[in-house]
Amino acid sequence: MPLSTQPITINVGPQHPSTHGVFRMRVTFDGEQIVDVEPIFGYLHRGSEKLAESRTYTQVVTLTDRMDYVASMTNNQSYILSVEKLAGIEPAERGVWLRMIAAELQRIASHLVATGFFLQDLGALGTPLIYMMREREQILELFERLCGARITNSYMRPGGVFMDAPDDFWPALDRFMAEMPHRIDEYEDLISGNEIVAARCDGVAVVDSQTLIDASVTGPMLRASGVDWDLRHRQPYEYYDRVTFNRPLATASDNYARYIVRIHEMRESLGIIKQCLEQIEPGPVRPEEVPALIRPPVGDSYVGTECPKGELGFYLVSDGGVAPYRCKVRAPSLINLTLLREMLIGDKMADLFVTFGSIDINMGEVDR
Amino acid sequence: MVYGIGLAKGMGVTLKTILRPSFTVQYPDRRVGLMGAAKAYGLSTPGLIFKRPVKAVRAVLGFERIEVRPTQAARFRGNEFTWYEDRCTGCASCAKYCPLGIIKIVTLPGGINVQEGESYAIDTFDIDTGRCMFCALCVEACPYDALHMGSSFERGNYQRMDLVLSKDDLIAQPKNPSTWYRPQMEEQEYSPFRETLDDFKKAGRHEMPSVESLTKRWVEDRKTDEAVDD
Amino acid sequence: MPDPFDSILYKYIYCTLSSTGDAECVGTGLFGGGLLPASLDWLAFVLTAVIIVAAVVNGVLGGVLMMIWGERRLLGRFQGRTGPNRWGPFGLLTPVADAVKTMFKEDVVPTVSDRMVFTVAPILMLFPALLIYAVLPFGSGTWLADINVALLFIIAIGGGNVLAIVAAAWGSGNRYAMFSAMRAVAMLISYEIPLVISLIGVLMLSGSLSLVAIVNAQTIPFFIVQPLGFFVFLVASMAELNRTPFDVAEAESEIVAGYMTDYSSMKFGLFFLSEFAATIATSGVITAVFLGGWHGFDPIPSQLWFVGKMVIVLSVIVWVRASWPRMRIDQIMSFAWKALFELTLINLVVSGLLVLAWPSLSTTELWYMAGINWVVFLASIYIFGKVLGPKHDPRRAGNIQDATLSRSDAPAIPAGGAD
Repeated sequence: MPLSTQPITINVGPQHPSTHGVFRMRVTFDGEQIVDVEPIFGYLHRGSEKLAESRTYTQVVTLTDRMDYVASMTNNQSYILSVEKLAGIEPAERGVWLRMIAAELQRIASHLVATGFFLQDLGALGTPLIYMMREREQILELFERLCGARITNSYMRPGGVFMDAPDDFWPALDRFMAEMPHRIDEYEDLISGNEIVAARCDGVAVVDSQTLIDASVTGPMLRASGVDWDLRHRQPYEYYDRVTFNRPLATASDNYARYIVRIHEMRESLGIIKQCLEQIEPGPVRPEEVPALIRPPVGDSYVGTECPKGELGFYLVSDGGVAPYRCKVRAPSLINLTLLREMLIGDKMADLFVTFGSIDINMGEVDR
Repeated sequence: MVYGIGLAKGMGVTLKTILRPSFTVQYPDRRVGLMGAAKAYGLSTPGLIFKRPVKAVRAVLGFERIEVRPTQAARFRGNEFTWYEDRCTGCASCAKYCPLGIIKIVTLPGGINVQEGESYAIDTFDIDTGRCMFCALCVEACPYDALHMGSSFERGNYQRMDLVLSKDDLIAQPKNPSTWYRPQMEEQEYSPFRETLDDFKKAGRHEMPSVESLTKRWVEDRKTDEAVDD
Repeated sequence: MPDPFDSILYKYIYCTLSSTGDAECVGTGLFGGGLLPASLDWLAFVLTAVIIVAAVVNGVLGGVLMMIWGERRLLGRFQGRTGPNRWGPFGLLTPVADAVKTMFKEDVVPTVSDRMVFTVAPILMLFPALLIYAVLPFGSGTWLADINVALLFIIAIGGGNVLAIVAAAWGSGNRYAMFSAMRAVAMLISYEIPLVISLIGVLMLSGSLSLVAIVNAQTIPFFIVQPLGFFVFLVASMAELNRTPFDVAEAESEIVAGYMTDYSSMKFGLFFLSEFAATIATSGVITAVFLGGWHGFDPIPSQLWFVGKMVIVLSVIVWVRASWPRMRIDQIMSFAWKALFELTLINLVVSGLLVLAWPSLSTTELWYMAGINWVVFLASIYIFGKVLGPKHDPRRAGNIQDATLSRSDAPAIPAGGAD
C-alpha cells in the first residue's frame, strides 16, 4: 500500500541565524529534499541609488561604503574608478598603490568572513569562525590606523586616497603579513582535510560552467568551475598589470571547491600586497588637491572591478552637475543569487544554508 | 566511513590553541591575579602582600579588577567633535558638506575672528551626533581647521536630545582631536591619548594649495587637455 | 543479591537511625547509633533512602552547574578566547546567573499545541537522566544502589529521551520542531544498537551486569582490553546525547533550536539541565565500564579518582564539540548502520572467541586479549575507511593542486572594452 505524502512549505524567514542578513526564502520540502525555492529579498533596501542622485560625488563615497558593508574598500575603489573615468582625473601613483593595498587587505577580510560563516553554518560551532575573526580583527586594526574607521572607511577620493598612511602603519602591516600565512595553514589543517567537511560539501550543489556564464555569475563562484575569469587579469585596472599573481581554479564547482578557491585567493592577496610594498614610492597621494565639487562633463562611464564577491561595477551618468544624474550599481551578490533555485533543487535541507553560504551573499549589496 | 586523519589534525589544532594565551581584550575592566595586581599597582609581589594585604587576598580569590583602556589609533574617528571657536568664522562649509545635513549653524553679522579678522558671530552651532555617521567630510571641508573629529567613543546617553552637541557643549568639553585629515598634527607628534589640545594656537594649520594653483590645474590645464583630446 | 551494607553511605545513615542491632551495625553510626526506636525500623530505612537520594540529586545538580561553567570556559579556551569570567571569581557564579535568568523569563505557551504533552515533555526528558545516577558507583563503597542488572537498567532508561523529543515537537505544533524530531528519532533509535552490543564484550569479561562488579573486574582498564568497544561506545553515546557532530536535533544554524524552539523559561531550563545531566551520567558510565572506575593510586581517595576520570571524558566530549562540524542526517544513518554496527559485530565475535580461548581471565590473559584486540581495532578501522570512505580526496579531484594556477603574464584580453 503506497504511503501518501505531501510536500511542506516552510518560510525560512527574514529573521534567521544563518541568512547573512535579512533574506527570506519560501522553501518546499518533500521530506528532507528540497523541491522548490522562492527567494524574497528587499528587506534591507535603503534607496542608495536614489540618494546618490542628491549627493555630490565625494559624498556618494560614504554611501558606497555601506552597500557591501563587509568589503567597503573595494566598493569605494570601484566607485572611484568610475568617477575618475567620467571626470578624466588621472590618479596619483602613490594613491593608486595605497588603494591596491587597501583593496587586497579588504579581500582577505571579506574572504575570512565568508569562510568563517560558511563553516559556522556547517555546524562547526564557531571555532573556525573565531579564529578567522581574530585575523580579521588585525586587518580592521590596520584600517583603523590607516583611515580612522574599521568598517565604513570612506578612505578613497577621486584621484587617489584622502591621506597618506601614518608611519606606524607599515610595521604593523609587516607584522600582519609575517603571521598570516601560518594562520592560513592552520585553517587548512583544521578544515580542509576534515572528513566531515568533505563529506558534507563535496559534490553538493554542482553547477556547470556554461550555466554560470549564461547567468553572468562572476567571482570565486565562476573560478570554482574552471573558468579563468578574473577582472584584475583580463581588464586590468589600477596597477594590477604591474603585479603578478595566480588565479586559483577548481573544476569541481561544488561547495568544497568554492571554499578552497577562497582560501587560496587569500594567499594570493598576500602576495600582491608584498609586491605593492616593493614597488610603492614616496609621493603625493592625490594630484594637487582635487576640488571638492567635481563637475564632470556630460557623459557616462562604467568600470567593473573584481571585488571579493564578483564583479562590482558602477554605471554613472553625469549631466554636468555636482551630483550624478544616475548611479546604477551592478551588485555581484544579486546576480550570483539568481542561480540559487537551480543550485538547491534536489539537495537536502541540511545543504540549504551551506550552499547559500558558499555563494557568499551580502544583503546590503543585494538590496542596496 | 571516515578516515580519521583529518579529524585528528583538526583536534590537534584546537589543542594547540588552548595552550596559547587567549586573545580576548577585556573591557572595561579585567580580572587580575596576584602578580598582575602587583604589576598594576607598581609594586613587587611581596610588596603587594605586605603593603596592601587586602588587595592581595582579593586578587588571589579572583575579585580584583583593573580598569582597561583599549588601544586606539591616533586617527580614530570618535563619536565626538573638537571645535576651536577662536578659529571658526561661521562659513558653514561643514554644514554644506555634510551628507546628512545634521550641522545647524546660525550666524549674525559683526564678529571678529582672532586669526582671520572679520567674520560672522556664531549664535548657534549644533551637531546632532545621534544621526551622525562620523564620515568626517565636515572635517575635510573646514578651511580654517576649526573642526576636528574627537577620540572618545564612550558617549552613551539616556535621551536622544542629549546627543545633540550645542555650541556650549563643544566649547566646554575636553579637546582631544583625532589626527584624521590633519597631517600637521602627526608631524608635530601629537597623540590624542597623551594630551589634550586646549589651545588652538598649538593645533597646527593644514596648508592647502592656493586658489591660483588649483584654478590653473583644474580649469586652465584641463581646457588645454580637452582641446588636445578633441 | 548485592548487600546494601556495602554502600558506606547506607551503612552510616542507617546505623545512625536504626536501633535493631543489626550485626553489621556494631560500632558504626554517629552518636552510637539507634536514634529511632526499634518498632520504627521501616522509617529508618525510608529516611536513609530519602537522605541518600537527596544528596545524590543535589550532587547531580551541583555537577550540572559545574559542567555549565566548565563547558563554556573550555569551549572558549579551545576557540582562543577566555570564556565567561565576570560573575564571581573565575566566572564560577555564571551558572547561577543562567539559572536566575531562566527562571525570570516569561513562560510562553504557543496556542497551537497540545498543552499536556507540551508541559510533560521536559519532565520526561529529565527523569531518565537523573535515574542513571542511582546505579553509578562514585567510589569504593559510595553508591546509592547496587543492583545486579545495572547496565540493563541504564540502557532501558536511556531510551526515554526519544519519547521526550517527539513529545516536545508534537506539543509545540511547529514545523521546524517536527523536522528536528523526525531526524532525532531516527538517529537515536539507530545508535542504540551499537551502544548495546559494544557493552556485550565487557559483559563477557566481567561476567555480571552490575557496575560495581564490572569495576572490580578491571585489573587493567577495559579500554585497553576492548578498544573497539570503547570507541564504538564513545561515538554512539555522543550520538545518544545529541552532541556535535551528531547534533542534528538542535542544529542551531538550520532549524534555530529544533524541538526546543517554542520552550521558554523553566521548561527550557529543564531541557538544558537534562542534556547536561545525561552527559555527565554517560561519562560516568564510560568511566565505570571502560576506564577502571575508582581504581587509582592510594593517597588520593577513590571518589576523587572517579570524578577526575569523569572530567577527562567530559573534556574529550567538549573537545570534539569544539573541533568538528555537524554531519548530515543521511550520513549519520549510514555511519550507524554501515560502519558502527559491523564494527560491534566484529568486536562481539572476536571477544567471544578470545574468552572461549582463555576463560580464566587472569591479568596476563587480559593483556594477550588486549594485544589481539588492538590489532583487530586498527585493522578494521583501516579497512572500513578504505571501503566506505570517499572515493577521492576532494582536494585533489580536479581541484586546486591539479588545475593550473594561471599566471597573470599569460596574454590577457586587451583592456579598454569597459565602456
